[in-house]
Amino acid sequence: MNEQKWNELPEGVIVPEGGNSQDVYIVEGWRTFKPVVNLEKCTHCMTCWVMCPDNAVNVKGGKMLGFDYLACKGCGVCAEVCPVKVIEMVKEER
Amino acid sequence: MKVALETNQLIALAMKQIEPHVVAAYPITPSTEVVQEFSQYVANGDVKTEFVPVESEHSAMSACLAASLSGARVMTATASQGLAFMWEMLHIAAASRAPIVTIVANRALSAPINIHGDHADAMGARDTGWLQLWAETAQEAYDNTIQAIKIAEDPRVRFPMLVNYDGFTTSHAVETVEILEDEQVRSFLGAAPKPKYSLLDTENPASFGVLALQDYYMEFRRAQAEAYKNVKDVVLEVAEDYAKLTGRKYGILEEYRLDDADVVLVAMNSAAGTAKETVDYLRKQGKKVGVLKIRLFRPFPVEEIRCALGNAKSVVVMDRAYTYGGPSGPLFEEIATALVNETNKPLLGNVIAGLGGRDITMEDIEHVFDLGFKALEKGNFEPLVSWVGVRE
Repeated sequence: MNEQKWNELPEGVIVPEGGNSQDVYIVEGWRTFKPVVNLEKCTHCMTCWVMCPDNAVNVKGGKMLGFDYLACKGCGVCAEVCPVKVIEMVKEER
Repeated sequence: MKVALETNQLIALAMKQIEPHVVAAYPITPSTEVVQEFSQYVANGDVKTEFVPVESEHSAMSACLAASLSGARVMTATASQGLAFMWEMLHIAAASRAPIVTIVANRALSAPINIHGDHADAMGARDTGWLQLWAETAQEAYDNTIQAIKIAEDPRVRFPMLVNYDGFTTSHAVETVEILEDEQVRSFLGAAPKPKYSLLDTENPASFGVLALQDYYMEFRRAQAEAYKNVKDVVLEVAEDYAKLTGRKYGILEEYRLDDADVVLVAMNSAAGTAKETVDYLRKQGKKVGVLKIRLFRPFPVEEIRCALGNAKSVVVMDRAYTYGGPSGPLFEEIATALVNETNKPLLGNVIAGLGGRDITMEDIEHVFDLGFKALEKGNFEPLVSWVGVRE
């Protein structure tokens, strides 16, 4: 991590880019359950992508690809909101 | 142009002339008329301001913060419990460098509940990072309101600012004042400078309200502390430009008959006027007295205060608020800190006066100067803090 000095910071309490915490704050250890999607039945409606509070749904070209498990805390919102119920919360084995 | 208006109405008129993009406010005595009159200007279509009638002061400051961070010119007005209720958002607005201007008709804090003039509200906000201007008269309140926008928004500053004047004593007093034309105010202020990053700028996205833990919090705070160093120069520059427009010149402090004064009273807001009258009266009796009035309280003008009090032998600081459980009133603490390492510093004493709207009379001020002279005889202020105008 690049540790800036106080006089190298931008003005105010901002970070001049978006989505910058993803590589820094790894939260996979927080999970008790992890979401698993059945992509064969997924309709790619993007509801899980919109609702995920941690930006942990991988999406490309309008297609749901799966989850970013480094960023997912296992909250289960995606499984709850999935209109076709193809996301299952599976107990983590550690 | 001259008008005779209550100060609150006058400030609402100043806000109409400024025509901020957003005003989010919740009315509270004694600043209510500012919001009330301004909302009428909005309802009548006199201004295009987006007026957000929120359900609390906390929400008012939250809405102001978001609007300001998107690059809007933003104002609100409050007092007392209202400013206290904004407290956590005040810190966030200052650290986020959101140049919001908040009008405060200074009022006592509860309990017991009291609606009258007292500086406890703004003094409670002194560590939030907001800049603060203080006004003795309606004219100064008007002039400070317009200058505050320009100071706060200056790219070298970008901090929010409180514009203070005393509740009731000033807020509800009718004075004849000189006002500018709407067009003069707008050309003096110009357009609100665009911030480098703003909430609505989708071309340059940034993360706002970020988390900074042990690894970064202190660097953010150190950077914020440094940024106040630019403020005084900008205050003086804006005052100079304003003087060219109006002929009314303001400084960081106002020094009244200080040159040869042995005993100096330091005061803020309306009591400074009474103090000046008293100085004139005492000077006729041959007493060498003067008044130092603080206009810019945040950032605290340490060097200017050292310079202004350099010739005094005895200084009495009048606080219209108290630091409960602390050593003295808040203004005294800061003045004492400013002078602590000076050689040949004057004797320093503190009086607490005018809490909850208690009148500060010329007799009170005369008594305060007496305390200053007695200290000179005795060689010290004993006690350090005296309460003036309280039934003993």
